[in-house]
Amino acid sequence: MIDIFLIPLLKIVIVLNATLVAVSYLVLLERKVIAWAQSRLGPMRVGPYGILQPIADAVKLMIKEDITPVRADKWVFTAAPVISMVPALIVYAVIPFGPAVSLFGRRVPLYITDINVGLLYIVSVASVGVYGIILAGYASNSKFPLLASLRASAQLISYEVAVTLTLVSVILMSGSLSMVSIVRAQESSHLWYAFAQPLAFVIFIIGSLAETNRAPFDMPEAEQELTGGFHTEYSGMRFALFFLAEYANMIVVSSVATTLFLGGWLRPFPNVAMLGFLDVVPSWTWFLVKSFFFLYVFIWIRATLPRYRYDQLMRIGWKVLIPLAIANLLVTGIVKVVLS
Amino acid sequence: MGTAIAFYVIAACILGFAVLVISTKDTVHSVLFLVLDFLFVAALYVLLGAEFLAAIQILVYAGGIVVLYLFVVMLVNLKRPPEAHADPHRKTALGFGLAAAVLAELAAVAVYSANTPARPIVEAAAVPVTGNTEVVGWMLYTSYLIPFEIASMLLLVAMIGAIVLAKREL
Repeated sequence: MIDIFLIPLLKIVIVLNATLVAVSYLVLLERKVIAWAQSRLGPMRVGPYGILQPIADAVKLMIKEDITPVRADKWVFTAAPVISMVPALIVYAVIPFGPAVSLFGRRVPLYITDINVGLLYIVSVASVGVYGIILAGYASNSKFPLLASLRASAQLISYEVAVTLTLVSVILMSGSLSMVSIVRAQESSHLWYAFAQPLAFVIFIIGSLAETNRAPFDMPEAEQELTGGFHTEYSGMRFALFFLAEYANMIVVSSVATTLFLGGWLRPFPNVAMLGFLDVVPSWTWFLVKSFFFLYVFIWIRATLPRYRYDQLMRIGWKVLIPLAIANLLVTGIVKVVLS
Repeated sequence: MGTAIAFYVIAACILGFAVLVISTKDTVHSVLFLVLDFLFVAALYVLLGAEFLAAIQILVYAGGIVVLYLFVVMLVNLKRPPEAHADPHRKTALGFGLAAAVLAELAAVAVYSANTPARPIVEAAAVPVTGNTEVVGWMLYTSYLIPFEIASMLLLVAMIGAIVLAKREL
């Protein structure tokens, strides 16, 4: 009873709450880092160094008036923020934060579940997330959101191809679709896949930037052209849901990148006995540090690079990334056959 | 018992949403019900222990093909009443006749298969691999190699056709 019901429920509650707190502080981190990059201070008023800013933002968004445009498609307009938020959250079910650990005399794995099609589950759930964006643009019954949602969904569909192809290379290397087995395979092959598959790693990072609508691929939210993006007509808590979904997706792609390419919860050089003292640090800390690295890089890129033009974005996606990903997949397959 | 309840609930949802797909006036809502329908079909696959098929069902149908439907429906703007789209030469009787024929066929298959004991398509000993994904891959590349290759040829032809139609002067 405790093992099949209570522990998973507790883990779900902990992961969901931790994610939402992490998301709100990720927003603060982004504002701070970008402010420092531009020689500003960023939020400073709410609490020391502005650390209570996310709470103030949340309260503001919750008590704001919630407006539904008169000509909006009411049902779809209400459902769209939920549709974009739910996939971003349920992906955490298969992300391994650590191996099984002993806790109060029980073996508790530090992941909610480990299904044998874990990676495929993540890809398919993420592919449903695009509905939130399309429907938000359509249901608003307004020009700019519709244009933005068309841009966003075309971008998502294009880059999904390249990203999924890089995932296939990783699956070929590990021989498994389960997230836990992929980490184990990296442990036993003494190699993080970022070094075995550098090209796939780079394509994955670029594709993830595009899939999460982050700079330099944030065309769907280009304020100068579209007044704001697919969520222009949304206000209050519904807007907040889109906002949270975007940052939750950032955390998802960072976690996936960590698991697939940087050895998940493994410490650096897990097979070098001399570095055994690093085992003092709990395994989930390594996972968090690596994920944080990716999140910081995403923010750093946003502070540094200008936005691409839309045709450039499509050209990079279809004419550079997808052929490179296919070539990488072919070479991986050939090498795997030759070596076995 | 639990499986039976889950099956009947899921099956009822699939049929209910299928009816909504064809009875809803707003085309976009109709497409959305189709997505829900596909999600419940995926749930049915999970119930049958075919996780790989379930994930592929969501990825290809719910996440891929229906997104394109949605694009088309949104862009052609079907805001006119459905009567305006009605075909004056529509042969209603023929449609009902064909539907009845398909229904009779399905009923016949159901009755026939209920009376004959279920036989596994694959002999368990013939497949040297375990696991959902592995077995699907193994079957595709051994017993069903030729249908698989024919299907990929068809897709290739469709792709070339689409490119030729889209770019008239290459």
